[in-house]
Amino acid sequence: MEKIFRNLSLSSASLVFIILLGIFITLFLASKDAINEFGIGFITNPNWNKEVSIDATDKSSQSAQDFSLEDDFLADDEDDMILDEDDAILDEDDMLFDDSIKKTFTDYGALVPIVGTLLTTLIALIFALPIAMGIAVFLAEIAPKNIAAPISVAIELLAAIPSIIFGMWGLYYFAPIVADLVGGYQVSLLTAGLVLGIMILPFMAAITRDSMNTTPDVLKESAYAMGATKFEVIKDIIFPYSKVGIIGSIILALGRALGETMAVAFLIGSIFALPTAINSPTISIPVAMANNFGEASGLGESSLFYLALILFVISFGVISFAKLYFLKGAR
Amino acid sequence: MPVMNIKDFSFTYPGVDSPSLKNINMKIRKNKITALIGPSGCGKSTLLRSMNRIHDLYPGNKYDGIIELFNTDTNEMQNILDIKKENEFIELRQKVGMIFQKPTPFPMSIFDNVAYGLKIAGIKDKSELEGRVEQALKDSVLWKEVQDRLSKSAMGLSGGQQQRLCIARAVAVKPEVILFDEPTSALDPISTGAIEELLVELKKDVSIAIVTHNMQQASRISDHTAFMYLGDLIEFDKTENIFLNPKEKQTEDYITGRFG
Ligand SMILES: Nc1ncnc2c1ncn2[C@@H]1O[C@H](COP(=O)(O)OP(=O)(O)OP(=O)(O)O)[C@@H](O)[C@H]1O
Ligand SMILES: [Mg+2]
Repeated sequence: MEKIFRNLSLSSASLVFIILLGIFITLFLASKDAINEFGIGFITNPNWNKEVSIDATDKSSQSAQDFSLEDDFLADDEDDMILDEDDAILDEDDMLFDDSIKKTFTDYGALVPIVGTLLTTLIALIFALPIAMGIAVFLAEIAPKNIAAPISVAIELLAAIPSIIFGMWGLYYFAPIVADLVGGYQVSLLTAGLVLGIMILPFMAAITRDSMNTTPDVLKESAYAMGATKFEVIKDIIFPYSKVGIIGSIILALGRALGETMAVAFLIGSIFALPTAINSPTISIPVAMANNFGEASGLGESSLFYLALILFVISFGVISFAKLYFLKGAR
Repeated sequence: MPVMNIKDFSFTYPGVDSPSLKNINMKIRKNKITALIGPSGCGKSTLLRSMNRIHDLYPGNKYDGIIELFNTDTNEMQNILDIKKENEFIELRQKVGMIFQKPTPFPMSIFDNVAYGLKIAGIKDKSELEGRVEQALKDSVLWKEVQDRLSKSAMGLSGGQQQRLCIARAVAVKPEVILFDEPTSALDPISTGAIEELLVELKKDVSIAIVTHNMQQASRISDHTAFMYLGDLIEFDKTENIFLNPKEKQTEDYITGRFG
């Protein structure tokens, strides 16, 4: 009996690894064309679906292209034909007379969405973390029960709102206010980041409150019995005691913020351009994928998978880093 | 000389009709150990927790009567039940420390644990902190065991060491009284012995009230003993009188184990 149970739990646990590995391998295979084409330089390349002449790309980027020039043309032509069916005939005509057209090439790079993803997540975290901590402290330690209960329910409701509603609300009501206050575009890094922050807020607040509530009463009492004030007990006892839970909440929130698609799609502007200011529009990885998968094929599609692979690696990296770094500090 | 004087004291928890303590009269004498004994639920912890008003962390308790604490500044007794302001509570708790049944090391280093009360009392000078931490750890017979690992987490200590650390933490702020609520009931006999010796040592500097279920412990270390039953103080006297020559039938039944 015990053996069956052990094997069962073991296989459930290994399932997680198998799924993780499976996703990674699928993404890797699907993005193979783009990886061969652009190599690691994909990450630092700010172009997306952009016609550039061969000379220009040669100068600006990587060696991977040099030895696969032949492939370039093949993949390229295919891509163009499907993307621009109207132009296809024209292209062919042109090709007959003008070989300069052969020197252009559709370039894909991930820099813009990577920057957009990281910055929106960072803004969301900077915005949400202090507020979430404030809410959690209030609920766990300060508010009397009859006030804490309705606020807790409100927070749980906030967490249950589908992200598309956040996106619409953000676009129609929140973005104009932000634009009024800081200027610039209504759709931008900032509005996307802030709405993302509002979305991760309830998770962080609820998990942090729960872990603060696990602080044993007797531990708090012994701090009060030393003459500590409420503030000192929160700062010196409750926060250190619930550190692991707080970090867990941040990690969960990070995961959600990095991958959030719908709300961000409404608010970020979906422009493949590096943001020049906090209030300029740009794009994030999930939004780039959601917007472009429908019409993508060939190298474009493969590049989207490459993007997905990068998001996977970023999420994985950020979360492992957070776990290792902070949890080591917690001990 | 009493450092604390409890007069006609009654206590009622919120939402409870009858008081959990009724008309208690007793004294905590200076540089003596006063033991509180009695069957489970008789109100020992409730009484102890009134003496530093830790009850007040939770709303709705009702105090009646007087609990006086000797004020070394004015040389007068002062009723601690009059306290209302936070800074007065802090002052009270610096004068009346408390040790709990389970060791409660804070989630910080050994040094920081002992320095905690000093730091929040406003002592910043590093050499003074180090000196007083060392002294408190020596007073609590823990110095030899931890002097090489002061910066390590207090969670890594054994249960008995953790409890002595908590005592060191309480001793460091130089309180007048320390209240112990069954401080050894979670410990093995050797750690218990160490703590008992420590308490006898400590009473040179501080007055002690201790709740215990261990009759031998009360008779070994205490000078005075109070026997409580169902919220009443049945008998309060010198320990030898309580154990050898009790005046009340209930006391005799309890200490001879013929109770209930
Ligand atoms: N928070 C509370 N609210 C209401 N009643 C309480 C509360 N705490 C304790 N009591 C009641 O008060 C009485 C005294 O409890 P107390 O904890 O002081 O007993 P005790 O003598 O310390 O017992 P033990 O030896 O088991 O620790 C008991 O009847 C108990 O049920
Ligand atoms: Mg008790």
